[in-house]
Amino acid sequence: MKVLLLRIAHARSGDKGDTANVGVIARREEYYPFLRTELTAERVKAHFAGIVEGPVERFELPNLWALNFLLHDALGGGGTLSLKNDAQGKTLSSAMLRMEVDIPPTIILPDEGHV
Amino acid sequence: MDCIRIASGQGFWGDLLTAPVDQLTKGPIDYLVMDYLAEVTMSILQKQKKKDPALGYARDLIPLMEQILPLLSARNVKVVTNAGGVNPLACRDAIFDVARRIGISPLKIGVVRGDDILGQLEELALAGVLLDNMETGDKLATVIDRVSSANVYFGAAPIAEALARGADIVITGRTTDTGLTLAPMIHEFGWRSDEWDKLAAGTVAGHVLECGGQASGGNFAADWRAVPDLAHIGFPIAEASPDGSVVITKHKGTGGLVSQQTIKEQLLYEIGDPTTYITPDCIADFTTIRLADDGPDRVRLSGIKGRPATDSYKVSMSYLDGYTAHATLTYAWPDAVEKAEAADRILRTRLADLGLRFDEIRTELLGVNSCHGPLAPRPDIVGEVVLRIGVRGREKGAVERFGKEIAPLILTGPPGVTGFAGGRPKPSEVVAYWPALIPKSALRPNVIMEEQ
Repeated sequence: MKVLLLRIAHARSGDKGDTANVGVIARREEYYPFLRTELTAERVKAHFAGIVEGPVERFELPNLWALNFLLHDALGGGGTLSLKNDAQGKTLSSAMLRMEVDIPPTIILPDEGHV
Repeated sequence: MDCIRIASGQGFWGDLLTAPVDQLTKGPIDYLVMDYLAEVTMSILQKQKKKDPALGYARDLIPLMEQILPLLSARNVKVVTNAGGVNPLACRDAIFDVARRIGISPLKIGVVRGDDILGQLEELALAGVLLDNMETGDKLATVIDRVSSANVYFGAAPIAEALARGADIVITGRTTDTGLTLAPMIHEFGWRSDEWDKLAAGTVAGHVLECGGQASGGNFAADWRAVPDLAHIGFPIAEASPDGSVVITKHKGTGGLVSQQTIKEQLLYEIGDPTTYITPDCIADFTTIRLADDGPDRVRLSGIKGRPATDSYKVSMSYLDGYTAHATLTYAWPDAVEKAEAADRILRTRLADLGLRFDEIRTELLGVNSCHGPLAPRPDIVGEVVLRIGVRGREKGAVERFGKEIAPLILTGPPGVTGFAGGRPKPSEVVAYWPALIPKSALRPNVIMEEQ
């Protein structure tokens, strides 16, 4: 069953120079394994085509049911160099949650996380 | 000392001005920590100091001090802040002036100095400290004549020293945000500089506190509708224990929310490799943090592991790197998006005809794609759209000339356009960022105590 990542995860993003980080957190512990299998660095890189120019790195934080992604060359130069309205990548977190993930139909979805 | 309460009062320069007062009046705290400095701030402050040697610090602190100095002494609360910017002594003197005027005495202020190395770059280079860009490997010599600020990130140690010497208020220049929160723990609990797990725990608490309300319900993505009374948001408070366990909470009766989800979002904010969160004080491993509920609006953090600190400090430098300008125009229905795109093409043609050279021209449609770019579906019909165009270039004249090409679009471009009230866009200087490392042995923080 395909669902928006938004249904099973929440996220926060920020900047470090021209690199953005996006932390993606499973809304429930049982969703975390699907984040690990569905959100590969390659899929995230493909999702952000046209936004992220550089490589994507992925780190795991099972204690927080979370993954952290570093999106390199994502902010149009970063800082005051960037001409972007979102020069600090604050909204890349919700852009990440536009991804579709495949989960078993038996999984019970939470009440929150609707568009 | 069993437990101390460290309260976040400001997450950045420009944060909610009522927050520090609320932290002091709405419940018990022992320390008030306030973060004012971002990377670009240091360059702005250097510019202000150049114009007036009595400036160069976060001036918001002074009217705030007028308001809270009586509360601080009445409640025995100490303040730790990096508001000193590039002129911490001037910041201290301004606070002493206020104290004198409103009759607060005695008052002991500790100042941490030594982080500002702007005047020492050549001397350091001669001593073999090269400060090459740690991300690109570029040589400092390529930009050294354009460097506008250069500051070392000190950690908690010099702040803890100032507290040990009896400071009521500690003013620093560039210090890690996490060090502001960790220092009171080191001071109160007598943690040694090699108790890595405890230092890491205090560092993690500092990371949670460093963005103010972003840990207590602000910018909360999991379920923003569920956050009560954001108008009266309570900023986060760390209740720290000598064993290194920490409870994050906020004052009773305030708005906002402290939950495992709000804490997780903040823990993930602006981090890299979570196993290796590097500060001058230690390396913290965020994959060891255990979270547990501890009552309403209370989350306990425990189990945190740390490793020995590295032998270098991070240096944050800024240098001037050309100019930018931005313009916006609003296009109304019908055909709002198409008209905005047509205006963009017309403008770009005129800029090219003029022979103006830019490093980048960026067009975004606010309301359509400025946040999510190509991931945002193109809407069929919108009521209106804001065309936002930015340019960046080395030549100030070209950027200035761009500003003169915007207003003509109103009468010589597509119809139904408004929103050009601010006058011609002016060029602003690009402050580029130059991160580097410096051996800890190359310099020493210097603590200056003064009582009035």
